[in-house]
Amino acid sequence: MKHVLALSVLLSAFWLINSGHYTSLILFFMVVSVLFVAVLCHRMDVVDGESQPLELTFTIPVYWLWLIKEVTVANIAVTRCVWKGAHSISPSVIKVKANQKTDLGIVIYANSITLTPGTVSIDLEDNEITVHALTRETAEDLLTGEMDRRVCKVEP
Amino acid sequence: MELLLDIVSWILLISGSFFALTGALGLLRFPDFFTRTHAASVTDTAGAGLILTGLMLQAGWGLVLAKLLLILLFSLLASTTACHAMAKAALKSGLKPQTVNDNSNSEKETSSKP
Repeated sequence: MKHVLALSVLLSAFWLINSGHYTSLILFFMVVSVLFVAVLCHRMDVVDGESQPLELTFTIPVYWLWLIKEVTVANIAVTRCVWKGAHSISPSVIKVKANQKTDLGIVIYANSITLTPGTVSIDLEDNEITVHALTRETAEDLLTGEMDRRVCKVEP
Repeated sequence: MELLLDIVSWILLISGSFFALTGALGLLRFPDFFTRTHAASVTDTAGAGLILTGLMLQAGWGLVLAKLLLILLFSLLASTTACHAMAKAALKSGLKPQTVNDNSNSEKETSSKP
């Protein structure tokens, strides 16, 4: 029930941000369509802890800040490789283990790897992520496992 | 204050454009599909992020700011998902990533030729 409620609040906020018209008729349309979508999603059984991860609300902003820092550092490294030319890269394929307990945690980890320039997760089987790394340094950064630990902490 | 905001926003816009250009250059320069996805993710993260932040400073407090934030959020989510989907599809259809060993071999071959 709390997930359905959270979905309704999110959808209403999305409508209010995107509409910009706050007359009573338009607000009435908002209520009707939000209710319709919430009931529809509830009946489709897609509203649960995975689509509405409420437990992450307070833990994930800290992780985002750290991720922004990582992405910035990685961007500068990859930019340097681009301007130096193709001889400065040393691509490799590595396998890293995801120690998260839930599917949601593993997805957050794999998506963070892909978001960081220089590493792309190309396959995910059980708890093992296959990663394509652009240079030896980016591969070693990932193998230290700091990102893995931080995603583990984010998880409920 | 207005001037300061303008200056910061112009710096962000120009550096964002630089990273977008870098991504495009990397697409042309890197040797195979998988290394090119790395170059594209520079455009997706630094390019889009800096340009949208620069636009947010121009927009000021209001609905436009919220909409720009939403655009940034969704483009980050969508681009990583699309990037992973493409890389996985390429791997499953049998494209082998060039690794550092192949590179050093080819370098030896080319250097031994002349």
